[in-house]
Amino acid sequence: MEKTDAALKVENLRKVYAKDGKKAGTEALKGVSLTIRSGEFFALLGPNGAGKSTIIGILSGLVTKTEGLAEVNGLSIDTYPEKAKSFIGLVPQEFNFDIFEKVINIVLNQAGYYGIPRAEALPRAEKVLKDLGLWEKKDSTAQALSGGMKRRLMIARALVHEPAILLLDEPTAGVDVELRRGMWDFLRELNESGTTIVLTTHYLEEAEMLASRVAIINKGQIIEEGSVKELLTKLNFVTLLLDTTEPVKDATMHLLRELKLERIDETTLKLTLKPGETVNDAIRKIAATGIQIANVRNSGSRLEEVFVNLIEKDT
Amino acid sequence: MTRSPILIGFYTMVRKDFRRIVRIWSQTLLPPAITMALYFAIFGTFIGSQVDAIHGFPYIQFIVPGLIMMSVITSSYMNTVSTFYFAKWIRTIDEILVSPMPSWVVIAGFVSGGLIRAFLVGLIVIGVSLFFTHLTLFSVGVIFAAAFLTALLFSLLGLINAIFAKSFDAINIVPTFVLTPLTYLGGVFYSIDQLPPLFQTVSLFNPILYMVNAFRYGFLGISDVPLSLAFEVMGGLTLLAFIVTIILFKRGAGLKQ
Repeated sequence: MEKTDAALKVENLRKVYAKDGKKAGTEALKGVSLTIRSGEFFALLGPNGAGKSTIIGILSGLVTKTEGLAEVNGLSIDTYPEKAKSFIGLVPQEFNFDIFEKVINIVLNQAGYYGIPRAEALPRAEKVLKDLGLWEKKDSTAQALSGGMKRRLMIARALVHEPAILLLDEPTAGVDVELRRGMWDFLRELNESGTTIVLTTHYLEEAEMLASRVAIINKGQIIEEGSVKELLTKLNFVTLLLDTTEPVKDATMHLLRELKLERIDETTLKLTLKPGETVNDAIRKIAATGIQIANVRNSGSRLEEVFVNLIEKDT
Repeated sequence: MTRSPILIGFYTMVRKDFRRIVRIWSQTLLPPAITMALYFAIFGTFIGSQVDAIHGFPYIQFIVPGLIMMSVITSSYMNTVSTFYFAKWIRTIDEILVSPMPSWVVIAGFVSGGLIRAFLVGLIVIGVSLFFTHLTLFSVGVIFAAAFLTALLFSLLGLINAIFAKSFDAINIVPTFVLTPLTYLGGVFYSIDQLPPLFQTVSLFNPILYMVNAFRYGFLGISDVPLSLAFEVMGGLTLLAFIVTIILFKRGAGLKQ
């Protein structure tokens, strides 16, 4: 066994779904290669059906690969499947626990499946449930939990065996903003304590806030990979939203045709600045037409703009 | 996983299923007790009193071992097929598939649930039968071995059914259209000596005949087939079912995409 600092490594990974499945005959992965280093917080971004969950599924043992290599902490999932799985904690996209089971038992059973004796599992379960604010619900059945609590229970269950690598497949889908931010703080602390985290998400803001490195996958291929900073430098424009005090008329828009300006609604304009253009110049030109600007704001996540750009190019 | 963690994983699976079987006793343990009480009352007492003795035993005493075996077969099969299919359906099976437990431990965990339910039901049905007749014990070892091998075989077959099942209908087809007819024609209610020669020969191709007769031998000391052949059939089929289950698990058939 070769020593490696790669927590996860896939090379030329291919997956073609069998013809009788839901994704019948689809080539979900077309030779994906990716290395995630120990201790990293890595985000895998991509539109629906891009292949994110398939990669997570192969690494965690839920999906069989068609071709290629997959390693966990230097161990091939083909040669050492059990050992490789012991390093991983999985938080899947869909709720997959027994809703009639008590919260504490769901966590304790998972510890048991990983070979942790009950005497050791009990304090671990208490810790993860307390960390995730679920300890008071330990004797409730899972069906009695709210959606956000169920999400946190999935994380608690995945952490009870103290995995070196945590795979999260869209963990904050459907979670309210406050709870999502709480989960971000928790995941950030977990990563700082040494756990490698791989996150797939639709919330690009989430990836921008948490991840140190990002890969963008589309149609089963990695189309971009690098640190968040590196990806953001590829963004060669900035988009701002301007709120005006009065509705902007067509004639005024015509006067401002030299700017890349788009009217979103009567009192909102979208301004796109290319390299070399400044906000001061643009606002000065707009103000010269008599438009009063009440507010200037970002159009959204900057990473989202990189993402949309790349996906559009790839389509 | 070293030996101890494997045992912990196995024990966790068995404990979980045992608690489920007991928690929903009205679905898992009560129905066979009621059904078998009706069989004993109607076939054993009411109709049986008008039927001649078979191999020197009153009719009710003759059918009791077969009916106990029938409940063992149904309980072991239904336990694994329903538990495993339900786990697949609500995806709780993923909790086990992502864990480092080897395939054979997972199989052993599910099969043990089937064995536990089969033995609990078997004991309950034996208890119910005592209200209708007295039981003789010819060989406790044969009774136990026959019940164990049969429950093991049908737990494995239930697992194979659940692996391939894609709907709840698919887990009921085999019990309804295969298991029940084979059990009824497997010598539960009659000795194959009473059948015409052609049907005697056809009956010998029914594996349940060997299980029922081995089990009956343990109680009454009589059997329509040689005891050694009965155990060879049970042992051979169980081994075959285990190998098939291992191969299916290794391939991830019906489990992994």
